[in-house]
Amino acid sequence: MHVLTNEIRRIARDLLKSKEVDLVIGFEQGTMHLRSTPCFVRDAADADRLVWDDFCQNNLAAYVAKREGSTAIVAKGCDTRALVELIKENRISREQLVIIGVPCEGMVDSARIETELDHGAIREVFKENGELVVKGINSERRFNREAFLYESCKRCRQRNPVIYDKLVGSEVKTSGDDSFQDIEAFEDLPTEERWTYFSKEMDKCIRCYACRNACPLCYCQECFVDFSSPQWIGKSVDLSDTGLFHLMRAFHLAGRCVECGACERACPIGVDIGKLNRKLCKDVQELFGYQAGTSLEEVAPLSTYRLDDPENFMFEL
Amino acid sequence: MKTKTIKKKNIPGFLDRLIKECTVYAPVKRDDNVFFDTIQSGGEAFLEYQNSKVPPKNILLPQTETLFQYSQKEGSVDVRVPSDDREEQVIFGLRPCDAKGFLLLDRVFGGDRPDPYYKSRRAKTVLVSMGCTEPGCSCFCLSLGGGPVSADGSDILLIDIGDEYVMQVYSDKGTSLLEGKGLDDAEEDKLKIAAESVKKAEDHMGPGLEIGGLKERLDEVFDDPVWVSLTEKCLGCGVCTYLCPTCYCFDMCDESFVADGKRIRVWDSCQFPLFTLQASGFNPRSTVKERYRQRIMHKFSYLLDDQDMLGCVGCGRCVKECPVNLDIRQVLTALSKVDSRE
Repeated sequence: MHVLTNEIRRIARDLLKSKEVDLVIGFEQGTMHLRSTPCFVRDAADADRLVWDDFCQNNLAAYVAKREGSTAIVAKGCDTRALVELIKENRISREQLVIIGVPCEGMVDSARIETELDHGAIREVFKENGELVVKGINSERRFNREAFLYESCKRCRQRNPVIYDKLVGSEVKTSGDDSFQDIEAFEDLPTEERWTYFSKEMDKCIRCYACRNACPLCYCQECFVDFSSPQWIGKSVDLSDTGLFHLMRAFHLAGRCVECGACERACPIGVDIGKLNRKLCKDVQELFGYQAGTSLEEVAPLSTYRLDDPENFMFEL
Repeated sequence: MKTKTIKKKNIPGFLDRLIKECTVYAPVKRDDNVFFDTIQSGGEAFLEYQNSKVPPKNILLPQTETLFQYSQKEGSVDVRVPSDDREEQVIFGLRPCDAKGFLLLDRVFGGDRPDPYYKSRRAKTVLVSMGCTEPGCSCFCLSLGGGPVSADGSDILLIDIGDEYVMQVYSDKGTSLLEGKGLDDAEEDKLKIAAESVKKAEDHMGPGLEIGGLKERLDEVFDDPVWVSLTEKCLGCGVCTYLCPTCYCFDMCDESFVADGKRIRVWDSCQFPLFTLQASGFNPRSTVKERYRQRIMHKFSYLLDDQDMLGCVGCGRCVKECPVNLDIRQVLTALSKVDSRE
């Protein structure tokens, strides 16, 4: 069992016993190997369901908006970044929230491990000397945890919670370095190549909207794709429709995306959704010096204006 | 039933011969995932796979399909229905769960009021399925009357016996497909190994699920508050429905530009709010709870009434691909334990 599991359980139990909160949102063991799953605990006696491990991949901030009563949430660095934006956008009130911050060492990409195993059946998984040992029916493979982290976790600049009420364990070294080199390299490609790349990616989309629904900041009560009158977007999987969906979604998230990667993890098909979102993160950072979800005080650039805002896009005839 | 054998190393050559006669769909690896697609050479088929990401239902029920096109000219409207000019086709290497899934689609789209688009494609399709040797941890076909090497829905079923496959032929379509292919009849000892292989695959099945009396239970617990807690983590996306081999719900819409347009049919999902939004603005399934409940009720109760068939074959895609691991097996087990008399 992970060392932090016991501490999370203890905090949750105390919070529920003292009635400081009515609900604790955390993770519990999933129904498959390499999988933990969101868990809602209302009774102190159920606090032992909570776990912390390498597979707590969901961004739980997606569950807190517009809840009645006070809620405690187990939150990694990226979850707290999403909470910061949600608080600033008045989706949740800070007072209603008890944040159980967990310094995160990155989550393991179970899909990549499954691919390595050629999707063979897994019978047992355990950790030994920092390695993940995965046993199949007649096989055993060892995986270096660090090498199999999600790409968003490898890049992560905020592994420690940005805001919290209780801190579980002690802070970790934030080793990720996101200098957007991959995005810069992509920007340098000829237009045709970029178009070909995006066409190929968007063409994979089956429009299940898992990306949108897993995203903590995609909370519109009625998404533009769910409008029927007027119908803003066609319903086919033609590139003109899938592409429009992803472009619109990316623009809606400009200056708000906290780079948690929840969208990419939720996508069953592996569409490179992050390329668009990260390009906008990079632009917002370069133009406005803003990184979403890192400060409660700093005003979001698209919610305000300054006289010295960059105006490079304007020109005189 | 006829039985033939084919050596594994001869499969690409066999497929090459099929490709000369008809369109062949087979599992292919794209990036890190496996999808069904047409192949131009037998070597492209990737058969060492657990199951495809998207079930092959999209071959017979495309996610987007044009039903007709129209154009207005000088006071009249010209309507054109696309002709189905596809040749005979084989879906090779699909899993038994997905083959069984087509049996439900056949009822829905081929019943009293057959859907000409589906029916025409279906008539030209031969299903050559491939039994599983190592079912995945999300598989539960055996609990639902199928099995890792079940023949339901297949024209031909391949059973892995080591270096070769035993081919069991279940239909005339299957018989004519193998005609002139020079395959040997399966000998007694190979049939014996095949039977052992089936047993072994079934033994490798993960934990199952008890569905006896489930329908009656579901009809009783429709209004039970348990649905709220069971669906609390559901994100409301369409992964479970779009990756399901038996989910068939669709929407139709017109796409028009000035005087020309087309009517298309697209997959739809009961998990989306728009699915039941009424013109008045009222939505009878306004939250995730109602929508998820609909999915369960449809599959395990309503379809038994309407089609005398379950709407689930236990392929496990909704278990495996759900972004939050909302496991239908766990949900059904919890529902079967609810004491509705309380």
